[in-house]
Amino acid sequence: MAEAELDLEQRPPDPRMAGIIKLAIMAVGGQGGGVLTDWVEACARAGGYAVQATSVAGVAQRTGATIYYIEMAPASERAPVFSLMPAAGDVDVLIAAEMMEAGRAIMRGFVTPDRTTLIASSHRALAVSEKTVPGDGIASSDEVVAAAEIAAQRFIAFDMEKIAVECGTVISASLFGALAGSKTLPFRQEDFEAAIRASGRGVEASLAAFTRARAAVETPPAEDGDVEPAASPVAAPPRGPEKALQGWTRLMAEINGLPGEVRDMARQGLRAVVDFQDIDYGREYLDRLGEVLSADDPDRGYLLSCEAAKYIANAMAYDDVIRVADLKTRESRLARVRREMKPPAGTRLMVTEFLHPRAEEIVGLLPARLGRWVEARPARMRFVDRLVNRGRRLRSDRFLPFLQLYAVAGLRRWRRGNLRHAVEQAHLEAWLDDAFGQAAKNYDLAVELIRNRRLIKGYSDTHARGLGKFERVRRGIALIEDRADAADWARRLRTAALADEKGAALDGVIATIRSFSEAE
Amino acid sequence: MAERSFAREVEKLRLGDGDNFVGEGILAITKALLENGVGYVGGYQGAPISHLMDMLADAEEILDELDIRFEANASESAAAAMLAASVHYPIRGAVTFKGPVGVNVASDALANLASAGVNGGALAIIGEDYGEGSSIMQERSHAFAMKSQIWLIDPRPNLPSIVKAVGQGFDLSEASNTPVMLMVRIRSCHVTGSFATSDNRRPPLTVTGALADPKSDFTRVVLPPWSYIQEQDKVNNRWPAAEKHIRENGLNELFGPVDAGIGIVLQGGMYNSVIRALQRLGLADLYGDTEIPLYILNVTYPLVAGEFLDFCAGKSAVLVVEEGQPEFIEQGLGAILYKAGSDVRLFGKDVLPMAGEYTGQIVLDGIAAFLRDAAPELLPAQRRAPNREEQPPVPDLAKTVPIRPPGFCTGCPERPVFAALKLIEGERGKHQIAGDIGCHLFAALPPFEIGGSTMGYGLGPASNGAFDGGGDKRAISIIGDGGFWHNGLASSFGNAVFNKSDSVIVVVDNFYSAATGGQDVPSSRADNRSKSTKHPITEAVKGIGVEWVRQVDRTYDVPLMRDTLREALTTEHKGPKVIVAASECMLNRQRRERPLEAKAIADGRRVEKPRFGVDEDICTGDHACIRLSGCPSLSLKRLDDPLRDDPIAAIDESCVGCGNCGEVADAAILCPSFYRADIVHNPSWIERTFAGISARIIAALQARRARARLDFAEG
Repeated sequence: MAEAELDLEQRPPDPRMAGIIKLAIMAVGGQGGGVLTDWVEACARAGGYAVQATSVAGVAQRTGATIYYIEMAPASERAPVFSLMPAAGDVDVLIAAEMMEAGRAIMRGFVTPDRTTLIASSHRALAVSEKTVPGDGIASSDEVVAAAEIAAQRFIAFDMEKIAVECGTVISASLFGALAGSKTLPFRQEDFEAAIRASGRGVEASLAAFTRARAAVETPPAEDGDVEPAASPVAAPPRGPEKALQGWTRLMAEINGLPGEVRDMARQGLRAVVDFQDIDYGREYLDRLGEVLSADDPDRGYLLSCEAAKYIANAMAYDDVIRVADLKTRESRLARVRREMKPPAGTRLMVTEFLHPRAEEIVGLLPARLGRWVEARPARMRFVDRLVNRGRRLRSDRFLPFLQLYAVAGLRRWRRGNLRHAVEQAHLEAWLDDAFGQAAKNYDLAVELIRNRRLIKGYSDTHARGLGKFERVRRGIALIEDRADAADWARRLRTAALADEKGAALDGVIATIRSFSEAE
Repeated sequence: MAERSFAREVEKLRLGDGDNFVGEGILAITKALLENGVGYVGGYQGAPISHLMDMLADAEEILDELDIRFEANASESAAAAMLAASVHYPIRGAVTFKGPVGVNVASDALANLASAGVNGGALAIIGEDYGEGSSIMQERSHAFAMKSQIWLIDPRPNLPSIVKAVGQGFDLSEASNTPVMLMVRIRSCHVTGSFATSDNRRPPLTVTGALADPKSDFTRVVLPPWSYIQEQDKVNNRWPAAEKHIRENGLNELFGPVDAGIGIVLQGGMYNSVIRALQRLGLADLYGDTEIPLYILNVTYPLVAGEFLDFCAGKSAVLVVEEGQPEFIEQGLGAILYKAGSDVRLFGKDVLPMAGEYTGQIVLDGIAAFLRDAAPELLPAQRRAPNREEQPPVPDLAKTVPIRPPGFCTGCPERPVFAALKLIEGERGKHQIAGDIGCHLFAALPPFEIGGSTMGYGLGPASNGAFDGGGDKRAISIIGDGGFWHNGLASSFGNAVFNKSDSVIVVVDNFYSAATGGQDVPSSRADNRSKSTKHPITEAVKGIGVEWVRQVDRTYDVPLMRDTLREALTTEHKGPKVIVAASECMLNRQRRERPLEAKAIADGRRVEKPRFGVDEDICTGDHACIRLSGCPSLSLKRLDDPLRDDPIAAIDESCVGCGNCGEVADAAILCPSFYRADIVHNPSWIERTFAGISARIIAALQARRARARLDFAEG
């Protein structure tokens, strides 16, 4: 070995290396990461720095995760050698244009407590995998925030997307503002603004977002998004005919007599069912809830009743054609559409509804006996289907199409006599009986049985699939209902049922249950 | 017209002696070509060199002034074949495409070119799509250089070095009568910086000049016996000439002290990563002045044995930093050392990983491992015996952070094609589906999961060849318009016709080569000043014998798309069934239409701007719509309603109102929560009057019902 011949000495790193500022941008394709990179570069050049930027363009720009990387150092007669990619543990400023991209940066080691300022927009741009889950597949931003608090030397996070949208521009502008506000770059504010001006397009909107985001870093706004507002009791009292209002007051008074744990949810539920039908229907709701309460256990904090208050309301306010027509013809709905679409002054707003009723929906509107008669023969159903089953586009801003919807909404008066209502009532009672049957034996299982109602949602095929999953979960539970850990398995079954569309995960759990229930 | 306009950058091509160019690496290469008297340029787009093609297309005026011919070649093989002009004529030519897939396609022409040898400098600029951000299989173009004896230049990734490499490449090509590949990695294509420019040079002999005075020489044709003679010429003359030229002109670089006991050999492209690692180890300064001798292979093929052995003289150990596999360079250097009877220890893929991109951390760890073994006294103490400080552990986010692969853009016209296919699969069961290359391949990913293979550009339908005989369920293949014109017409459609294929082929015709940045193709609808467009794909396939052809002109019509697919799958017709699904790429359409629309609104003309919305109290949060869409603008939101468990669908402001949501809700009978809101700018007074009447009647009806029931709406 020739080590002894080496005449080199170990030296500390070149102190000038500390002068390099390393900045990485993690974005989603389409968020303007390239523009932001250009701005940072222009700003650095104007500030007398040598600068190098790189990006990984390509298909990732089509909505995928992308990364941009910039290094800069005070300019001198010789050109510094910059790296073309960020290295773990060696990034000074990390800008994440979205919360999970901040998480990705942390995972890749680009955020370290000794040096990294992490500037992240707290909003979410959901990945496809989060959106397709039939239940709730949204990744937890809180976990990323918790990790960022540990990993970053300094962590700046607020909703920069919101600022950008409010200013009519893209998030790159507010990210640039947050960068300026963070004072991590040694450049004058004028240099930042000049970089935006030089880019030439949408300058005013970009500057507005830039300024607001910068101000948000310099004087952090009062925390509003993170603090949950105290559970609001049902807000303003409703308006309406005197008789109905009296009825409402009576029902609300009744709720005030319920155990404290149940009250809030009961108010929400009552409101939903009365809004769905009428005061009498609200009466029915409270009666059903009362039955549950009478079988409930105060020592368990009325958990069963709380869950029942929620899911009985959802079951009673089922999604039928009448409800859809009702919701689409309300004044409040039109106001919401205008709020969301923000039509500028002097413009006109046209609204098109996409409806596709099938025979099932129409027959459901018929009086129960007549409906059953039609339903009994496939040929009759086919006949109705031929009459009604096609996509209908209704211009609900026009008087005549509106009237069609309005008339359907008016069928509410006869809803209690129709077939769909009968079907829903029967299903609801069977479901509640099932849960009641368990309440005394296995309280936790009863709670889970109530919660299974969550599986039923949607319209048409989606609704049928939901009902199918509900049934499979119910039958799966029946296999193990006598076990002590039945509630755990019930929960596992439900979670699995919500994990994917076809129910592959659910099949897996059921197979597991069968394997041990049959072995026993 | 391409997605990105280089109208501003093109002016930089006029810079001359004493000026300073500031910009991207890929644009610097364009400028360098002009400075080196290139006579013709061409290529085929694809990341990371798409911008080079776009820049050339936007620079046609300047190219014309210099009498430089620019071809937007039909494929990489067409581009490489064009270099044939440099076989007989002393004209410099350059073509560009991505590697290694573009080189795969070009390899037929490249091999013939290399065997024949060149007279004028012939340069293939390869954008090596390897590592993070790559969209292709991970291989090396290096092997093609070795098999055909094409010299491979891999310059240090900064603008002056890249620009210099262009001139050196031409010189080397001419000195050794051999074509040269100039390889630039993804990041060096997009690296920004500056270099001192010089005047553009007109080619001494232009292609029109050559046409006026044609030349031929049968000894250059790849036919026996000259093909044997050409092989001998390569090995006996061109190769030694190349080595001599490389050495005499200092194409490879030596940095650092001469007499240190160890050294590092590296590809030029690895220079910055190696320097950064040395900087972090305290062995190099800000400007790259290093304590460790570096032998930088700006020419990675051929290796110059004498030069390498000189570098090794007096050293006990040498590390090779070579990205990608197999480790051709390390093997070559090992053989040189062995044959020279050297006892220098050769490190390489033992301290560095065999496969994958050499990121900063990997190079740092590799060099540290090398030094720990070969020269531990050079390492900072903590590197010699790592003694990590206790730090609070950062929570593992691996299970939290979702993957984010690329997908269809907002409003993409391909989305409804695949929504329709998914509906068909719902009806008729899963089918054998093959994809091609292009945006449509995103359909293989969730939420569509349609298609399970890609075999190369233009080869999608051909890759279903084994299933052409048909069966209970016909095989389906997807191909884009880019792939269709690249290689598809002959290799896939000719193949299907000739073999009486019973399969179904869907051509996704979005009017551009969209995945590579929106370049025009022969079927593009745009007017193109210098290219011939508007050649319908339907006519092309009929011309080669396809009889069953359907064109859907609005892919967003999901029911029509679905019915057309069903017809193709069930028709009695024998022979290939071709559906052309034609709608313009939304990215390009927006870029084209937005300014026109803004102007129309400003001019007081009537303009409808559609956008979709979701009624939040009707949506039940099942997300079935998203499973048929995946649109970035169709997302989820949580409601502040304790009765709701699951987030509901929501459409954000980026919606372009393509119509897919409404069509899918209709075709799949999903749910009635979608609505389309059209904002009408500058409505006429008649329209306003009637709308006003409707609105008043509607308001009266709403008020009537609100009075008769309990109204919970917050006033």
